[in-house]
Amino acid sequence: MSVESGNGSVDSLLATEHVTKAFGGLVAVEDVSFHVKPRSIVSIIGPNGAGKTTFFNMLTGLYKPTLGRILFGGTDVTGTRPDIITSLGVARTFQNIRLFSSMTATENVMVGQHARMKAGLFGSILRPPSVRKEEIAVRDKAREMLAYVGLAENHFGQLASNLSYGDQRRVEIARALASDPALLLLDEPTAGMNPQESARLTEFMEQLREERALTILLIEHDMKVVMGVSERITVLDHGTKIAEGQPEEIRADDRVIEAYLGKREGGQQG
Amino acid sequence: MSRVAQLRRDPRAGVAIAVLGGIAVALFPLFRPPLDGLTNDAILALAFVVMALGLNLVVGFAGLLDLGYVAFYAFGLMVTGWWASDFFSSVNDEKGIHVGTSDFVSSLPGIHLNLLLLIIGAIVICATAGILIGLPTLRLRGDYIAIVTLAFGEIISRVFANGDEVTIFGDNKLSNGRQSISPIDQINLPIFGEFDSATDLRPYYWAVLALVLVVLFVDFRLRDSRLGRAWIALREDEVAAASMGVPLVKTKLLSYAAGGAFGGISGAFLGPFFSSINANQFQFGFSIFILAMVILGGLGSVWGVVLGAVSLSFVNYWLIPDVLDGEFVRGKLDSLGLEFSFSEVTFGVFGFLLVLMMVLRPEGLLPERRRQIELTSGEGPLDDTKAAVFEARA
Repeated sequence: MSVESGNGSVDSLLATEHVTKAFGGLVAVEDVSFHVKPRSIVSIIGPNGAGKTTFFNMLTGLYKPTLGRILFGGTDVTGTRPDIITSLGVARTFQNIRLFSSMTATENVMVGQHARMKAGLFGSILRPPSVRKEEIAVRDKAREMLAYVGLAENHFGQLASNLSYGDQRRVEIARALASDPALLLLDEPTAGMNPQESARLTEFMEQLREERALTILLIEHDMKVVMGVSERITVLDHGTKIAEGQPEEIRADDRVIEAYLGKREGGQQG
Repeated sequence: MSRVAQLRRDPRAGVAIAVLGGIAVALFPLFRPPLDGLTNDAILALAFVVMALGLNLVVGFAGLLDLGYVAFYAFGLMVTGWWASDFFSSVNDEKGIHVGTSDFVSSLPGIHLNLLLLIIGAIVICATAGILIGLPTLRLRGDYIAIVTLAFGEIISRVFANGDEVTIFGDNKLSNGRQSISPIDQINLPIFGEFDSATDLRPYYWAVLALVLVVLFVDFRLRDSRLGRAWIALREDEVAAASMGVPLVKTKLLSYAAGGAFGGISGAFLGPFFSSINANQFQFGFSIFILAMVILGGLGSVWGVVLGAVSLSFVNYWLIPDVLDGEFVRGKLDSLGLEFSFSEVTFGVFGFLLVLMMVLRPEGLLPERRRQIELTSGEGPLDDTKAAVFEARA
């Protein structure tokens, strides 16, 4: 397999080259190359089991690709530890909300800033002025982020497990934003939301890009959201990339329609 | 509203009770004889508070089930055996090495270090041992961590049990095995001078009380810090924690190291207090004893663990030998024709207490605010009907 040199990806924030992940004999993601331009919103779509989340898990370091390279901002981050990838500027949310349920909303967002903090073991015990200042700054920033994602102030001190579903989604986004990412990965952010909430989230993504200069990569099933917000869409099916392009192109692509609805003639798959 | 209820709501009342309680705890030995059974039990209880707080860092905060905590107790005691007795009697041409010791001890052969140095030594050794035990468990989860740590505890206790046949540094033995190393030097502190456990236990009580206060301070600081939040995040969801920038390896190893260091501190204090150490003290049951304190008090709850350690320690050193095996109960049992002593079924008593607790108060005596909610609300957003059911049952 030929691997392109990283030079071609100078203008892209994130690039993958021939990324493949096999679990034993099962190939979950096969030979996916794509790139994401800075300050763009890009969607990954595909039927259930297409390998979207596996792909995300490789981008964030939870899985190590079997083959291929992942470049973030021009540096090779293939197989790098998740916490280091986070500190480089990649943050994510999860398909099933994964908040720290016994911590308050504020504490959750404070953990999100872990990579941006310095206090070590002895700093934590002795708490010199620098650590004290850092703690206050981190708490203030956590509250600021929670307000930014629209959590009511009287919910800041609530345990994450006691928040409503919509609020939990908000806290998860705030926690991801707290690490000052350049790239935000959202795994099915509108799952379980009603159409109004989805529309609000769509607006919010645009707002994030404008106000925080963020690049957003999302996995999404709601086509209204995907078509409304994405500049580019990548379609995965059975682990391989079957189409890539602007929303109109994807909407008209025969292979995409086939993947979602089955073959036009005689086919029963899907 | 009743007077009592009014008092309960007044925050000043809480402070007053805490201050009075603190004074009572600090001064009670003054009203007891110098060599007193109660003071003796209280010293042990406080030493176990330090141990339990250490184990709580690992099990309660970081959520790593450690069943080999006896290893740190063993290292802590052995540090006093090595460096505060005539164990290495041949060093320095049998003249010995002495740092910060009393005049009497300074004339003895062997290595003799001041308590403060022993504590530092124990912290270093136990933190290192904590990291060593942590390394093989990094890829494991849950029950598997328990098995590996259990094995580690057993290995350490076996090594010391057979250490009399292992020679290090020339012809020195590693330990005395099942024979005692005795006597361990009495504690000798600057200003306070040398303690003497044969005539007055009270200085030991105040020394261990001071240790507990220092350890509590460290514990609270750690809990409310970047590191403490990372530990709790790790306990809640390892994958999410890693994705939020928490380095798993470093965070886990720090919890093992810090937890081990607490155990070492306690051991370095208990060595001089026992004045005699041997490998029979390093039993698997000890790990369970400390773990039971943590669970009884409330996993993750600092004050709960303090209460759990004091309670179980008094059950073990006072309730069972002095009350259940005391004349009154013994007499009653004899009249029923039952001849047995509760000391022989100590762990049965503990087991009974734990079962009782799991039925009546599964979250522990003083549960951590977080745990309480976890146990009563289940997964996900709080379900009103479920909460109502729990309230109705409570």
